[in-house]
Amino acid sequence: MVDFGYAPLEIKIHDLDKANLTLGEWIAERDETFKHCIACGSCTATCTAGKFTAFSFREMCHSIRRGELMEAITESEKCMLCGKCILACPRNVNTRNIVKLVRKANQNFRV
Amino acid sequence: MIKDGKKKVWDDYQKEIADDKFYYVRSCIRQTIWPGSENIYLRILKDVLGKDIYESENHTTCTGIGYHSEVVPFETIQTVVARNFSLMKEAGYENYNPSCVTSFGIYTEILETWHHFPDEKKKVINFLKQATNRDFVEPKNLAHTSDVLFKFRNEIAAKAKYKLINKETGKPLKVVDHIGCHYAKMFPNKGVGGAEYPQVLAGLVETFGGEVIDYPERRHCCGFGFRQYLVKANRGYSISASKKKFESMEPFKPDFIITNCPGCNYFMDRWQYALAEMEHKTYGENGYGIPVLTYEEVAGLVLGFDPWEMGMQMHQVDVEPLLKKIGVEYDPSKKFKGANGEDLPLPEKPNHINFSV
Amino acid sequence: MGKEVAIIGGGVAGLEAANQLATLGYNVIIFEKKGQPGGNAAKWDRLFPNRRHTSEVVNSLKSRLNGNPSIMLSTAISSVTKSGNRFVLATKGKNFEADAILLATGFELFPAEKKEEYGYGIYENVITSAELEEMFAKHGKPVMKNGSTPSKIAFIHCVGSRDEKVNKPYCSKVCCVTAVKQAIEVKEAIPAAEVYSLYMDLRMFGPGYEDLYKEAQQIGINFIRGRLSEASELDGGRVQIKTEDTLSSRPLKMSVDMVVLMVGMSPALGTIELISGLGLKPNKDGFVAVADYHLNPIGTGVEGVFVAGACSGPSNITDSVNAARSAAIEIHKYLSK
Repeated sequence: MVDFGYAPLEIKIHDLDKANLTLGEWIAERDETFKHCIACGSCTATCTAGKFTAFSFREMCHSIRRGELMEAITESEKCMLCGKCILACPRNVNTRNIVKLVRKANQNFRV
Repeated sequence: MIKDGKKKVWDDYQKEIADDKFYYVRSCIRQTIWPGSENIYLRILKDVLGKDIYESENHTTCTGIGYHSEVVPFETIQTVVARNFSLMKEAGYENYNPSCVTSFGIYTEILETWHHFPDEKKKVINFLKQATNRDFVEPKNLAHTSDVLFKFRNEIAAKAKYKLINKETGKPLKVVDHIGCHYAKMFPNKGVGGAEYPQVLAGLVETFGGEVIDYPERRHCCGFGFRQYLVKANRGYSISASKKKFESMEPFKPDFIITNCPGCNYFMDRWQYALAEMEHKTYGENGYGIPVLTYEEVAGLVLGFDPWEMGMQMHQVDVEPLLKKIGVEYDPSKKFKGANGEDLPLPEKPNHINFSV
Repeated sequence: MGKEVAIIGGGVAGLEAANQLATLGYNVIIFEKKGQPGGNAAKWDRLFPNRRHTSEVVNSLKSRLNGNPSIMLSTAISSVTKSGNRFVLATKGKNFEADAILLATGFELFPAEKKEEYGYGIYENVITSAELEEMFAKHGKPVMKNGSTPSKIAFIHCVGSRDEKVNKPYCSKVCCVTAVKQAIEVKEAIPAAEVYSLYMDLRMFGPGYEDLYKEAQQIGINFIRGRLSEASELDGGRVQIKTEDTLSSRPLKMSVDMVVLMVGMSPALGTIELISGLGLKPNKDGFVAVADYHLNPIGTGVEGVFVAGACSGPSNITDSVNAARSAAIEIHKYLSK
């Protein structure tokens, strides 16, 4: 391999033409409240796990919407399923159930 | 703090609590870690208040710990709960009175489920019949044991020997009230005072002469949270949650913590020891921790029960400084004597938190 | 002509419609349940986007209340019934009749104590946007319960708006720009103060609103994109607030001297009972349902009953004045038939 001292860079853009959005569809079919998130962050603000680790339910949902499935699945494993975020959500998103669905989907959607 | 505003919220969240004829159900873990509290509760109800309270030797765990750690499926826990209800029916009681907040949450959740999804109940009737040939009825009244002591707080105060007042200064003791998450956070109208400003323990403390202090992290989990504790690798969560609370309450200089949940009692007590040994930090005065008491112990103390009979020597955080503050008459030499005067094994002395042995 | 129009509610919409209808030659009577005209606007110190004193607008609207239109203050209407082409309005003492009815009952501010976790009514220095206006009117600046001047203030958007937990799923429309206006006013009154705005989206839909937002940025208001999860009182009446800083994806906490809750618009109490006597139903948010959202936003399901202003949904003053004028034309068309 020739070292030119530089190399092509990895493209970091969200490419929605290529993104795998099937997980989001799969979840929404089973719990349509997944679609109701307005990204206000109430869930993360009240999250017990998120105070000690970088866990954000809001970010996990966003990863799914952008097809970043591995990020979402890894993220879902940090949740302790205490359900506090359900109480805080102004859009009645069934947050706990969505985490459980992501975990359940883990097998089917692992890339 | 606007006191009237809090009272208004309290008025909005009053629940029905039975007056007599209780069917008592024990907690799985309390008899090991806090051995005197359930006993004292029964004595207060029977001997002090003259109530009829019954427990069946056949009752079991509600399986809440298993349910919350996803090893017991919902159908199973519902059936176990139905069996406990069936025992109550058999004994001729209608007022279900669990000693554990997790159980209280489980019973509440299941009764609500049956209310909104009657098909679930039909399924459970069938399961119980097949498994045990039993029938059940839902309790007429479901109240946690802390609800019951709250209800009779004035009767208890009228018979009290001590008040929650610092004997030296004459000032009310400063008390942190910590409510188990499963008491009212899931169903705020099932808890006295609701979920945000619970009255159940605050009412006890104020009636007994103490002063409740409000600190920023009062709503935060004690650190038990089944998933945070059951797997050792996750225990960092558990201790961090408790630490967060201690740090937040420390500036208010609480004299003790009162909780109504087995897990909260345990973790707020034991983690103070662990934090002292890990970080050489104590949150109470003079190198002691902040004592963590159950509501039964608090009621028992003001009524003049012997602290050692109530099992208060089993606390990891030493309660003796608190007993001295209140002016409780007790015999320090009997701290590690058994019920019949025999010597109990002495605990190992911790390195970084005071504990008199 | 001499036909009679009864207007229920003497706020911006009711006053403006009354003025227009009186000019058109109708006998107009306004029934106002409160002791003074002006509705919610009368309680506001200054208006967005130009921070003009509200009294200028309200006084102008009130200035024609001399005979026709007339106003009955402290007079609540308990029911309205239709008999033939006439309407009967019942008050406590006496019944009134009219040929047409205009509902202009406006809105109530969302009762902030319903968001229990925010501590309104319990924590000393958690106030509503309306109370801040009162403070501006009285002291020219916000004042803490103990009389001192706050040096760190947080505005909390969407309290009783966009929140299904309190059954207020809709956007109240005016609170975003009100918060930005109030934040600037706080900064002007107390230049050394740190001012924060916790928002989910900033809905700057009207002329001059985006400019106001930019002005707020220039003057140094700190915007944090996150919704308040809970507030706790600290020693000395300060307040700790928690949110997610959604732009950095991390939970955030801070302590402030004062929290201002931007309370949304709720349907006015009693309006639903009033319209149900006429066989009318509220819309899904609890406001008066209009005949056709696009083509007849002034009409209701009952001929001769019209609606204007915030009683059919969150409105600003311009919306209410516009609605009042169209109501006047619609009522004129109806009564000239």
